[in-house]
Amino acid sequence: MANVQSWLTDDSPDSRLQARLIRLYRISGALARNPLAAVGAVIILMLILTAIFAPIVATHDPLLQDLTKRLLRPSSAHWMGTDELGRDIWSRVVFGARITLVIVVLVAVLAAPAGLLIGAVAGYFGGWVDRLLMGITDIFLSMPKLILALALVAALGPGIENAIIAIAITSWPGYARISRAETMTFRNSEFIAAIRLQGASAFRVILGHVLPLCTSSMIVRVTLDMAGIILTAAGLGFIGLGAQPPLPEWGAMIARGRSFILDQWWVATMPGFAIIAVSLGFCFLGDGLRDVLDPKSGENH
Amino acid sequence: MSHPLLAVENLRVTFPTSRGPMDVVRGISFSLGRERLGIVGESGSGKSMTGRSILKLIRSPGTVTADRLDFDGIDLLKQTEKAMRAIRGARISMVMQDPKFSLNPVMTVGEQIAEALITHQRLARREVRERVHAMLESVRISDPQRVAKLYPHEVSGGMGQRVMIAMMLIPEPDLLIADEPTSALDVSVQAQVLDIIDDLVRRKGMGLIFISHDLNLVSSYCDRILVMNSGRVVEECKAGELRGATHPYTRALISAVPRLNETRDELPVLDRSAWADQ
Amino acid sequence: MAFEPDTVPIAAGAFKIMPDSGRGLRFLGGVAGFAISVAITFLGLLAITFFIGRVVPIDPVLAVVGDRAPKAVYEAARIEMGLDKPAIVQFVRYVGSVLSGELGTSVSTGRPVLEDLKRVFPATLEMATLGIIIGVFLGVPMGVYAASQRGSLVDQVIRVIGLFGYAIPAFWLGLVGLALFYAQLQWVGGPGRLDIFYDGLVEPVTGLLLVDAVLVGEKDIFFNAVSHLVLPASVLGFFSLAYIARMTRSFMLDQLAQEYVTTARVKGVSERLVIWRHAFRPILVPLITVCGLSYAGLLEGSVMIETIFSWPGIGNYLTVALLNADMSAVLGATLVIGAVFIGINKISDALYRFLDPRAR
Repeated sequence: MANVQSWLTDDSPDSRLQARLIRLYRISGALARNPLAAVGAVIILMLILTAIFAPIVATHDPLLQDLTKRLLRPSSAHWMGTDELGRDIWSRVVFGARITLVIVVLVAVLAAPAGLLIGAVAGYFGGWVDRLLMGITDIFLSMPKLILALALVAALGPGIENAIIAIAITSWPGYARISRAETMTFRNSEFIAAIRLQGASAFRVILGHVLPLCTSSMIVRVTLDMAGIILTAAGLGFIGLGAQPPLPEWGAMIARGRSFILDQWWVATMPGFAIIAVSLGFCFLGDGLRDVLDPKSGENH
Repeated sequence: MSHPLLAVENLRVTFPTSRGPMDVVRGISFSLGRERLGIVGESGSGKSMTGRSILKLIRSPGTVTADRLDFDGIDLLKQTEKAMRAIRGARISMVMQDPKFSLNPVMTVGEQIAEALITHQRLARREVRERVHAMLESVRISDPQRVAKLYPHEVSGGMGQRVMIAMMLIPEPDLLIADEPTSALDVSVQAQVLDIIDDLVRRKGMGLIFISHDLNLVSSYCDRILVMNSGRVVEECKAGELRGATHPYTRALISAVPRLNETRDELPVLDRSAWADQ
Repeated sequence: MAFEPDTVPIAAGAFKIMPDSGRGLRFLGGVAGFAISVAITFLGLLAITFFIGRVVPIDPVLAVVGDRAPKAVYEAARIEMGLDKPAIVQFVRYVGSVLSGELGTSVSTGRPVLEDLKRVFPATLEMATLGIIIGVFLGVPMGVYAASQRGSLVDQVIRVIGLFGYAIPAFWLGLVGLALFYAQLQWVGGPGRLDIFYDGLVEPVTGLLLVDAVLVGEKDIFFNAVSHLVLPASVLGFFSLAYIARMTRSFMLDQLAQEYVTTARVKGVSERLVIWRHAFRPILVPLITVCGLSYAGLLEGSVMIETIFSWPGIGNYLTVALLNADMSAVLGATLVIGAVFIGINKISDALYRFLDPRAR
C-alpha cells in the first residue's frame, strides 16, 4: 500500500499514465478534504448506483397498480407511501433516478462537446469566424432557455427524447461561451505558436491541444449546470411534455400528486425531495471541483 | 515629551496556515520619537505587517500580540475598535503604496480627502472645501479646485499619491506610517513625492515610519533605520552609520547595491543560509 | 427552479461611475450600435420561432382545409398561405406580420393571439414585479451582510439559502407553499388572483389588479388581491433573493479585499460607512445588471408558477397552449416572453455600459 502511495505522489512521473493518475489522485484528495464536495460526490454516487441497481433498491414494481392500496401514508411497507393508482412511490422515485440520469447524461453528452468545439473554433480563429459563431451563440444566450425548450418540445411532440434534444439545444451556447473565453486566454501563448511552427494544422491544434486545455473548466461548468438541467427536465415533465406516463419521471410525479397535495402530501413532495437532493449534490460537487480545478474563477477564499 | 511617541515591545503577528500557525512578525521591539524611522526589508520580511499592526488593522484570522504597544501614552492593545477609529486618521495615519488601488474609484478626490477630515471634526461645508483645497496646494497640486472634482482614474500616478498624502495628513496626525509610498511610482516622480512627505513631516513635527525595500532611499530620508528579515529586526542603527552595520544580511544588502564608481564585475548574490533560522 | 441568468455580468474589480466626458458623437454611436444589436437579436428570436413553427409535424395546410379536402382546394390554400414560396420569402412575410401585430389566432380561445396576450401579460407582470421587489430589498442586504460577516453563522445560512434557491424546483415550492400557507394555515388567499365573488368586479384599466383596485377605490378588492398575490410573488421572490444575495455576496467579498476599503479604515471611517460607501457603492452598477437579469428570469420562471396558482398570466396561457398543441398561441407567447426577456437583458447591459464606460 505504501508503494502505491509513493507512486501516486511522485514528483517526477515516468509515464503519461502515471502523471494522469497522480493528477486524479491529487484532485480527489483535495475534493475529499472539502466536506461539501465530498457530500456532493456521495450523493451523485448514490444516484448512479440507485439508477444502475434500481430493481434491487426498489421495494416494489414501479408500474404495478393496486387500487386497493391507493394513497397510503409512508410506512414500513411503503417507505414513501403510494400514489393514486396504488403504486409504491419509493420504487417510482428509484426508477425515476434512471430517467433523471439518462436525461442529464445525454444532454451533457450532446450539448457540451458541441459547445466546446464551437467555442474553441471561434476563440482560436478569431476574426469573422469568431464574430459569426459568437453572434449566433449570443442570440441563443439572450433568449429564455426554458421558454425555448418548451416551444421546441411543443413542436417536436412530447416525449423524453424530444425533451432531451430541446434542453440540449438550449444548453450548448453557455458552453460555447466558456470554451471560447478559455481558448482566447492561451491562443497567443508560446506553446501554441510552437506547435504551429512545427506544422500542425488548425484541426490538430484545436483537437489535440486547445480542447484538452478547456476540459477542466468545462467539467466544472457541466457539473454545475446539471442542477439546472434536472430542474428544466422536471419542469417539462411537470407540464406534461417530458417523459410520458406511466414512466416515473419525477416532475410528472409531482404533477400527478398536485390534486391531493392537501391530504396526501407525500405523493407530490417526495419526488421533490429527490430532485432537491440530486441538484444539491451536483451543486456541491461542482463547487468543489471549481475550487480544485479552476481556482481563479468563483470565490476567492 | 516624557514618553516616546511610539513604543513597541515584543510585537508578534501570527497567521494560521494549513501547516500550523506562522509568525510573520516575530517579537520585534523599537521606539520612536518625533523623528523619522525607516523599516527596510524584502517582501515577506514583515515590515508592512508591522505598520498595519500599529493601527490594529490586522483582522482575524491574524492575531497581534505584544508586551507593549503604546502610542503617546495610550495603550493601543487595550483600545476598543471604536476607540481605535478615533485614533486612526486623527492621530496615526498611513500612506499606502499604489493610488491606483488605494483610492476609492467612485468618489471624487475632493470627497475622499474631505471624508478624512469630517470623520473626526464637525466643520461647515465651506470650511471643509477650503481646507481640502489648501491641503491639495500643500502637496504641490496647482489648480486644486479642478483636481478636487476629478476621479482617481483621471489623475496620474504621482498626483494620485499626492492626493493620498493630502488625505492622510489633512487631519494633522502625530504619526505617519508610509508603506512603500513611492514603490509604484515612476522614478522621476519618486523624488518629488518623497520631498513632499519630508517637507510636511518636518513642518508639522510628526513622527514618520518609512517602510520600504529600498535601503538607499531609506538611508537618505530617515534618521534611524531598522532592517527586518523574516519577521525579526536584524539591525538597528542611525542612517549615517549604515556603513558600519554588523549583521551579515545588512552587509549583503549594502554590497548588493551598485555604486556609481563601481569596480566589481559582478554584484554579490545574497547567500541566505548565513542567517537562516527556519 | 434555476431560472437564473446564464450570462453573469462582469464581476468586481474597480468599477468607476464616470461622469460622461466626451459625449455627443460617441453617445449616438453607442445608441446606434445598441439598436442594431437589439434588432439582430430580435431577428434571431423570430428566426427561431419561425423555424420551430415549420418543424411542427402537423401540416398547417391540412389544419386549415381539413384532411378530406380535394387536391385543388389543398393547393389553392397552400398558395394562399404562401407556403409555395421559398423559405426566405416566407420568413420575411412572417417578420412583417409579426411586426404589424399579426400573431395568428388561437385555436383554443378563438381570438387573435395578440389580444389574448395583451389580456394575460399584466397578471404576470404584477407577480414578477412584486417578486423582484422582494428579491432586491431582501437579497441585497442579505448579500452585503453575509459578506461583511464572512464565516459567521448568518453567512452560512445565507449561503445555504442561496444554494437552495438554485436547487429547488419552483413549481414544487409553489405547490408546497400553497398547501402549507393556504390550505393548512390559511394565511394567504388561494389560487387565482381574486376570490371568486370579486371576480370581474374591477374594470381592467392597466390589467394590474393592485393599481386598478386603487383607481376604483375598492379597498376590499385591493386587499383581497394582495392576499392572493403574496404567495406566488414570494415564491418568485425567494428565487430572486437567493440569486441576488449570492451575487451581492460574491461582489462584496471582492470589494472588501480591495485596498481602498483598507484606506477608508485607516481614515477612521465607521464600519457602516466602510461597507456601504466604500465597498458597496462601486458594485452598484453591476448589481443593477444582476437585478435586471433576475427580473427577466422571473418572467421566464412564472411559466412554472402560474399553473400551480391558476394565475391567468402569460405563463399559464403558454402552458395551456402547449398542451393543446395550439402552435400560434405557443409561438406568439414565446415571442412575447422572449422579446421582453431580450429587452430587459439588453437594457441592463446598456445601462451597465452607459453608467460605467470604463468597464470595456
